[in-house]
Amino acid sequence: MSDRSQLEKVEDIEIRLLLEALFLKYHYDFRNYAMASIKRRLRQARQQLGIATFSALQDRLLHDPDMLPRLLGYLTIQVSEMFRDPSYFKAIREQVVPHLRTYPSLKVWIAGCSEGEELYSLVILFREEGLEDRTIFYATDINHQALEAAEAGVYPLDRIQLFTENHRKSGGRSSLSDYYQAAYGRARFDASLRRNVVFSDHSLVSDAVFGEMNLISCRNVMIYFDRKLQDRAIGLFGDSLSRKGFLGIGSKETLRFSSHSAAFVDFVREEKIYQRRSNDGG
Amino acid sequence: MGAEHKAIVIGASAGAVEALTALLPSLRPGFRLPVIVVVHLPADRRSAMAELFRAKCTLEVREAEDKDPIAAGTIYFAPPDYHLLVEADRTLSLSCDAPVLFSRPSIDVLFESAADAYGPQLVGVVLTGANADGARGLKAIIDEGGIGIVQTPSSAFASAMPEAALQASPTAKPLTLQAIAAYLEDI
Repeated sequence: MSDRSQLEKVEDIEIRLLLEALFLKYHYDFRNYAMASIKRRLRQARQQLGIATFSALQDRLLHDPDMLPRLLGYLTIQVSEMFRDPSYFKAIREQVVPHLRTYPSLKVWIAGCSEGEELYSLVILFREEGLEDRTIFYATDINHQALEAAEAGVYPLDRIQLFTENHRKSGGRSSLSDYYQAAYGRARFDASLRRNVVFSDHSLVSDAVFGEMNLISCRNVMIYFDRKLQDRAIGLFGDSLSRKGFLGIGSKETLRFSSHSAAFVDFVREEKIYQRRSNDGG
Repeated sequence: MGAEHKAIVIGASAGAVEALTALLPSLRPGFRLPVIVVVHLPADRRSAMAELFRAKCTLEVREAEDKDPIAAGTIYFAPPDYHLLVEADRTLSLSCDAPVLFSRPSIDVLFESAADAYGPQLVGVVLTGANADGARGLKAIIDEGGIGIVQTPSSAFASAMPEAALQASPTAKPLTLQAIAAYLEDI
């Protein structure tokens, strides 16, 4: 029993040191992530890589650069759905889009885009609403492999039924099958969907403001952060939004604990869509 | 050492509503521990459990929100389609990581993180269910010195989940729902 609790403490020390090594050597900073999920993902990585301890994993990480992308895969890659939570996209379509229509040009930031499901959902929605041509979409992530996957836009065919159902429930005006070609068990989304997309490496932990956005969508990314880091990200979003710009977050996320919450007003409360206050407080 | 309990975690699957109805409403005001519950539900049945039990229970019932500080005498349900975890600072966190044993929320994910956070001060309860979720998590709780309780398989609506938990943790206490209710009230 006391041996066991000693062991657990050692594991916690090792994890802290591993995250410090990842930061010092490669500048990926997970030190302010929510630790319970990080621990779980690291345990999974350690087991699947067949490495006995986190100290040994740290040794490999520091001396073998090939270990970095493998570990980042475990730490960051997120499998999502297109139009996950269709009611969110319905609210964007019905309540945010009418405001966006009044602007001659638009900037949309999908922060933490992972493999692109949320990005393609928004591009398709904007095309259906006739806004795509005046919009630049910025899709950012810290993981290069994820960005490459997002840029490729290829998903397993067995997920398409769910995507299609979600798209329909979100008020989709077209058929999702208009946007992809199926072959060899995969669905490849049309390159034309990417013509106004800029893919870019950006970290919510360490990078700066991304200017003058009309809409930022960042769903189920901040749940992996601790409160301090959430607060930084929310401040960054506030500073990156244009006056009266919109911020959409995950359905179980909240701005409630943030020191920046006063910069936002509820826009569609039940879908966690917020609007930035204008500078005059209105 | 460590006999003073700080939290209860419960996992249930097929037959969960009936089993939890035998346990949660009998917890009376003044009950000091938080109760954190994972129930397997179809993803589209949003918030059903918290609403359902709010009407039945005298304790406060909430659907867990990200970064919620864990409050005494409160029952938390994992939101559908998210994993629920306990952080070392005794706050709740959510994740969209892949399902574990086809389940999100996963009982193992809650139990393993709670075992890390609470060590020997945790009570884990595995109830009725038709898969093996919870077995690894309950073992983690017992390995940390916590208490493991399992609904007796013969009294469960679906016996597979309690059977798997008992197989992984032979020292867990098999109890009927009535006995579990009495145990929790006395804690």
